Amino acid sequence: MSLPSIRRPWRLAAEASALVIAVVVAFPLYWMVLSAFKPAGEIQSTEARPWTLSPSLDSFRRVFEQQEFGRYFLNSLFVAGVVVIASALIAFLAATAVTRFRFKFRTTLLIMFLVAQMVPIEALTIPLFFLMRDLGQLNTLGSLILPHIAFSLPFAIWMLRGFVKAVPQALEEAAYIDGASRTRFLWQILFPLVFPGLVATSVFSFISTWNDFLFAKSFIISDTSQSTLPMALLVFFKPDENDWGGIMAASTVMTVPVLVFFVLVQRRLVSGLGGAVKD
Amino acid sequence: MTNGSEPGPNTPSTPGTPGTPNTPNGPNTPATREPAPPGTRATEGAAASAGISAAGAAGPPGEASAGGAAASAVDGAYAPRRAATASGLPGASVRGSSVVGAAGPKERPARVPNVRKAAGGSGPGDRSVRRRAGARTPWLYLAPALLILAALLVYPIYQLGLISFLEYTQAQVSGGEPTTFQGLGNYRTLLADSQFWQVLVATVVFAAACVLATLTAGCALAVLLTRIRALPRLALMLAALGAWATPAITGSTVWVFLFDPDYGPVNRLLGLGDFSWTYGRYSAFALVLLEVVWCSFPFVMVTVYAGIKAIPSEVLEAASLDGASQYRIWRSVTAPMLRPILVVVTIQSIIWDFKVFTQIYVMTNGGGIAGQNLVLNVYAYQKAFASSQYSLGSAIGIVMLLILLAVTLVYLRLLRRQGEAL
Repeated sequence: MSLPSIRRPWRLAAEASALVIAVVVAFPLYWMVLSAFKPAGEIQSTEARPWTLSPSLDSFRRVFEQQEFGRYFLNSLFVAGVVVIASALIAFLAATAVTRFRFKFRTTLLIMFLVAQMVPIEALTIPLFFLMRDLGQLNTLGSLILPHIAFSLPFAIWMLRGFVKAVPQALEEAAYIDGASRTRFLWQILFPLVFPGLVATSVFSFISTWNDFLFAKSFIISDTSQSTLPMALLVFFKPDENDWGGIMAASTVMTVPVLVFFVLVQRRLVSGLGGAVKD
Repeated sequence: MTNGSEPGPNTPSTPGTPGTPNTPNGPNTPATREPAPPGTRATEGAAASAGISAAGAAGPPGEASAGGAAASAVDGAYAPRRAATASGLPGASVRGSSVVGAAGPKERPARVPNVRKAAGGSGPGDRSVRRRAGARTPWLYLAPALLILAALLVYPIYQLGLISFLEYTQAQVSGGEPTTFQGLGNYRTLLADSQFWQVLVATVVFAAACVLATLTAGCALAVLLTRIRALPRLALMLAALGAWATPAITGSTVWVFLFDPDYGPVNRLLGLGDFSWTYGRYSAFALVLLEVVWCSFPFVMVTVYAGIKAIPSEVLEAASLDGASQYRIWRSVTAPMLRPILVVVTIQSIIWDFKVFTQIYVMTNGGGIAGQNLVLNVYAYQKAFASSQYSLGSAIGIVMLLILLAVTLVYLRLLRRQGEAL
């Protein structure tokens, strides 16, 4: 759509308000990073200046020293990494099945995948807790990985559908004419073509896993060496006086990987959403 | 495709050679396949609107040669869908097909080349062979996903339902007392509890307010994005992506800090002194609402913006040439074409906002003073894990599940009415 012809003063006003809104929206993140770098004295001051003249790494040092923060970080990274890769591969296979084949119950399955997205996973914490206990998985990272794979699958399949469908049928036929086996077509032709979509999809499984706080809180009950970042963050909330410098530094450490991931895949994400919504 | 209609299980040995349409069983393919496609299409037709695609597809076999008849019927059924996906704004073009009169002319141009291809006899033949060869393949591909979902989604849901009918507290968990069947006892307890009703109302009102605010902000900003030049647009996009990417838990901590009565900048800026936002019930909900809107409007904004951009400019130009005002164009052209996308973002927002957990839990410290800020999700969690009333927690979970299921059914209905192809 071309820019509608609106009069110049109106466009300037629109642009100005867009910039103001951008500043407001970005402000919480700015404040988070700023507070992480502020020395303790400035955070505790009631002036709340939006800048600092003497940035310090004290808060970060406190965060990394106070507990095994580095370990929690790696735990979180490991859980998210396994979930992203596993759910991407499984979802890719499933999305291929529901888009490139016609079979009985196909529509039923698709509706089931849609319905599965609506299930409030928080409500399932109770039965999952008992399931993990019976499997002997409590206090292990496995208790976080397994449910997250399951919960990211329905949306991933739903979203990948558009990408798999977009690969022309003619290409598949050409591959078979050239003698490619089904497996070969799947991994050497379809997979690379759908890869951008897989990346876009994995953003969502990464974020939901990385952000998870409920399962970590419920399933990792006694073995703190298996904790993940969100739990480490909550340690800085103290009943008497919150250590805001520490909280903001820990929040920054937790947010940066997601931001990096997001910026990297941002372009694909938008087109991926288009695909998910469109078809 | 049913296994029953497959001539033989030994055919899977030919997956490498589907390109040769004149395989020995080529001639009898239409005959054996004949019953199957209508079946497939019937389910599809049910998912699409009123089975128009089935009716539309019934035409071409007559035009095509006898040999390729069945195959071209299949092609005809798929063609509109494929054409729709290619057209850039499939929702709108598919929507058009929900009116019988509009369906014909719209789909026909897309179908003609395929019919010709079918008459030529090269394309559809191989599809039929491959289809037979791969009767079990889709299930093989689906197996890992279905296994995991069955074990970690379906089974827990069953368990949740089961526990909600039992007496299940700490005593039963540790094995001290036997579990007893309560029937609807837990639900009766729940429905008699005034706090449950209070939480239920709070959840619905809070979710509705969040959805409304998110959609308003997201749509308004999406429209704004189309009216401005690249640089401010980039700034707004980047800021929104940042908010989108922020984990719920860090977003919550930052917003609590921003509104902190002692050290937060917001109270300084507004001159509110040491007003505590989390003390009062409504101000605490308002604070959580702001955070929820902040982190969920970017999804709406980006999606709606992409939808607006996908509207062909010719349509808008035609409207303005016909003398339609800006408002009229929005109401009569843009909005109807955006409707499929708006439905998706609305339903997604409802589902997300109804399930808000982390924000409430972190920002109001587990549900606010005396549970004044509880929503169903947090309430269920507190009942189960804080007071060990697992069966009551499960019953609340089931109530949530039913409510969300109702929302989903409405969603499916809307999709069906739009003729969305699954």
